[in-house]
Amino acid sequence: MVSLNPVQIFNAGAEEEKAETARLSSFVGAIAIGDLVKSTLGPKGMDKILQSSGGIQVTNDGATILKSIGIDNPAAKILVDISKVQDDEVGDGTTSVVVLASELLRESEALISQKIHPQTIITGWRKATDEARRALQSFARDNGNNEAKFREDLMNIARTTLSSKILTQYKDYFSKLAVDAVLRLKGSGNLDAIHLIKKSGGGLQDSYLDEGFLLDKKIGVNQPKRIENAKILVANTPMDTDKIKVFGSKVKVDAVSKVAELELAEKEKMRDKVNKIIKHGCNVFINRQLIYNYPEQLFADAGVMAIEHADFEGVERLALVTGGEIVSTFDAPESVRLGKCKLIEEVMIGEDKLIKFSGVEMGEACTIVLRGATKQILDEAERSLHDALCVLTQTVKETKTVFGGGSAEMLMADAVSKLAAKTPGKEAVAMEAYAKALRMLPTTIADNAGYDSAQLVSELRALHTAGKHTMGLNMKEGEVGDMEKLGITESFQVKRQVLMSASEAAEMILRVDDIIKAAPRPRQPDHRHH
Amino acid sequence: MSGSLAFDEYGRPFIIIRDQERKSRLTGIEAHKSHIMAAKAVAGVLRTSLGPKGLDKLLVSPDGDITVTNDGATILKQMDVQHQIAKLMVQLSQSQDDEIGDGTTGVVVLAGALLEQAEKLLDRGIHPIRVADGYEMAATVACEHLEKISEGFKVTPKDREDLIRLAMTTLGSKIVNRCHRQMAEIAVDAIMSVADFDRKDVDFELIKVEGKVGGKMEDTMLIKGVIIDKDMSHPQMPKNIKDAKIAILTCPFEPPKPKTKHGLEVKSVEDYRKLREYELQKFETMVKQVKDTGANLVICQWGFDDEANHLLLQRKLPAVRWVGGPEIELIAIATGGRIVPRFEELTKEKLGTAGTVRELSFGTTKEKMLVIEDCNNSRAVTIFIRGGNKMIVEEGKRSIHDALCVIRNLVKDSRIVYGGGAPEISCSLAVAEAAKKISTLEQYAMKSFSEALESVPLALAENSGFAPIHTLADIKSRQIKEKNPRLGIDCLNKGTNDMKTQSVIETLSSKRAQILLAVQLTKMILKIDDVRGSADQM
Repeated sequence: MVSLNPVQIFNAGAEEEKAETARLSSFVGAIAIGDLVKSTLGPKGMDKILQSSGGIQVTNDGATILKSIGIDNPAAKILVDISKVQDDEVGDGTTSVVVLASELLRESEALISQKIHPQTIITGWRKATDEARRALQSFARDNGNNEAKFREDLMNIARTTLSSKILTQYKDYFSKLAVDAVLRLKGSGNLDAIHLIKKSGGGLQDSYLDEGFLLDKKIGVNQPKRIENAKILVANTPMDTDKIKVFGSKVKVDAVSKVAELELAEKEKMRDKVNKIIKHGCNVFINRQLIYNYPEQLFADAGVMAIEHADFEGVERLALVTGGEIVSTFDAPESVRLGKCKLIEEVMIGEDKLIKFSGVEMGEACTIVLRGATKQILDEAERSLHDALCVLTQTVKETKTVFGGGSAEMLMADAVSKLAAKTPGKEAVAMEAYAKALRMLPTTIADNAGYDSAQLVSELRALHTAGKHTMGLNMKEGEVGDMEKLGITESFQVKRQVLMSASEAAEMILRVDDIIKAAPRPRQPDHRHH
Repeated sequence: MSGSLAFDEYGRPFIIIRDQERKSRLTGIEAHKSHIMAAKAVAGVLRTSLGPKGLDKLLVSPDGDITVTNDGATILKQMDVQHQIAKLMVQLSQSQDDEIGDGTTGVVVLAGALLEQAEKLLDRGIHPIRVADGYEMAATVACEHLEKISEGFKVTPKDREDLIRLAMTTLGSKIVNRCHRQMAEIAVDAIMSVADFDRKDVDFELIKVEGKVGGKMEDTMLIKGVIIDKDMSHPQMPKNIKDAKIAILTCPFEPPKPKTKHGLEVKSVEDYRKLREYELQKFETMVKQVKDTGANLVICQWGFDDEANHLLLQRKLPAVRWVGGPEIELIAIATGGRIVPRFEELTKEKLGTAGTVRELSFGTTKEKMLVIEDCNNSRAVTIFIRGGNKMIVEEGKRSIHDALCVIRNLVKDSRIVYGGGAPEISCSLAVAEAAKKISTLEQYAMKSFSEALESVPLALAENSGFAPIHTLADIKSRQIKEKNPRLGIDCLNKGTNDMKTQSVIETLSSKRAQILLAVQLTKMILKIDDVRGSADQM
């Protein structure tokens, strides 16, 4: 009751961490997250098992790992968020971005303890980021005009991306798959047209790229199983009972016979609909919704192949691939564009029957069938291939490439160090720290493979200072090598995004000097007393 | 517990307040002290966020969501405050935010300093009301002085450069200062395209701030039109429409629903067929009515089913469904169209027009947004913010909003003062001067007020890493010597203290509101001498 009592201004349960404590808590959280995913970096990185109520996942993909772990530390949450954004934006580099951000924060911890103001560090970092980006840009190569060379670039990028994943043993094979698939898109970058089907059984090397389109559905009974020169009508229409949509209508009859009559009328309506559909001149009818037995039988009588319940994505993709349009009304057959393909047949993959559309009009689409021993392997293979496909489409859009194997990071570190040497003032210290953080990426890659990272990175550093910017880590031999000869290439877009996002996030965390946590919302509020 | 017990004529205790033992109570000087402590604690949290070198706060909401911000109002709003006086401080910054939109940190720091000074006066035995009166007098002096040192500022669409500098002052303390100039330009251009210079007003309804995670901050742009987070209703509709004529509908593509309760009974096969006919016909007429007006894009507030959707595709009429109410209004304003609630009322004149309508797609996920550009009425604009993560985009939105507010205030009242703590120092000097002429007790209160004003430049200097008192003393003496009220703290180490050369500009209205609001709150807190609450609250 005396005024000397501490005054509590927050709600009970709320916490406030100030200045040094707040910073410490962000650093600890961010560095812990960095260390967690660090070991998955590079071609010799290890995988993680993620256990949840839904089963287990084995993965090497940073975004997937971070998505699945529950985190309470706010700074760590920011890092998880940037890896997710990286995944959405460019699809790869999700581990690198987190590792770089956490290394930056680790370096800044040392600077803060030397009593350098966070804003000074940030100013230094911003200059460093600009310089690094400039260096990356000026060193990036562009083979976009030379088709053969560009294809070689793409192959290299795919190989580099896949080399850190489970597909590494078959990376040549899968790189070819991925590059073929992406080049078929002819620059549209529309990943919708690439369909991934997972079927367990067989080995990874049994996976293949199918030129046509595979649909994981069944053909209706008694209908043709093979159609040449198919004319396809893709539809989204109810084929169970076509309800009357006028509001408030309901059926009220006074005799059983009337019910039967109405039933007939309904049947008649359905038959009319089927007839209208057949009038379009199609011999294949694919519907997003269910097809009941009665219309199915009618289609069978007319010799039309009817496929029901193709999900929404399937329908959209089919329309895209066959060049038809998705139809919902059937009164104007002349204005409907039918999809076409040379051959539709049932194929067997493993034990499952799939419907294969080959010779489709738009050569853009294709299907990649993944085979593998377990569900986990298939899932991981899908993620890896998805990463590779994303990176490749990004590269098709922005054709610049840089070299991998840590050479791009060393190149940027070199540029930043040179700038730091020229800059007077405390900012130079921050820039040095930035360069050091960049060098941590090749160090981690070498560490993960069990090589002598100190030796390798210092060799690399010397080489880069001497201007040999193509030098990087040769992870097969455990030595320094020329990335150009080894063909280790990465997408410029991905590298730049890693650099920008990581610096943005690190800066954001560093700017914080106060953490205020509200009391967690009680799980089950007790309403009885209110 | 003085005064909480009363006795009747026989000397028996007499209970005035029910459940007295379960209530807690603070009175007199104790109440004042406790309030001042709470207010100081709140001001202390915000102090480090002041100025271009101020740091951010990380706030975790009850649900675990994270906000990183530098904006005083946002910090306080999310701080989960329980203490009653602290809540008043929260409202203080809120009202500064509502009124001016910027300076929300400064107002709290000032109020905290005023109360801190008041505490010293109370210790010397000066009655709180006299302190409050003195503060009031001082505030009048300070505001008069502010007007004296303020300068006129030309706000015309031509003087973009000065406005950009003003916006840059506001944005200087935020994380978006990486793209400092670009953001300031965007804010100025946005205001310039919607401002009404005759009425001296800016309609904020016309400026929409949208954000999308991804890309980099440099990709932030100003779109002279509207962005909506929707895509075409049918995947095969055209993604790019030139010279769009837009029908804006608030009725669904469905058979009409009478409002009265009704039942429609199908009694025979005949009825059933008729209904089928009616339904078909209804869809046809609706599409036809739209098509007849010459529209080539339909924006609909409601949905339409697959059949209507396909019918629209066949009739080559692209459509967007489920567009929210505010967006529809914005589209109507931008395109100059009318919102039509019934198909029958649709006419050619009611269509909106736009130069281009195109779909934007982002990254590897299939997210799409629709941009309506080159509209008839270029007054509706959208600021589209990109950034590496969710927190940055959110903070970007808040920062841009602050900048917009500041420029709007300048359009309303074109007088400015210079920033960097210069007006505070100058006012502090003026108040100290005026205090000497007062013969009553209020003199002391005015002196304290003048000291409290110095808290802002002190915090600025402290956050920028200078020796605060030394720096302040230096500038104070220079202001008197050079008679230059534009001298302030050189937070960015540019080598000059003259804020005019540095172009650190703030609006007069914001500064004045800060002083007035802070004084009002201080007076109110000083007048409270008794607090009652249930025991567990205090």
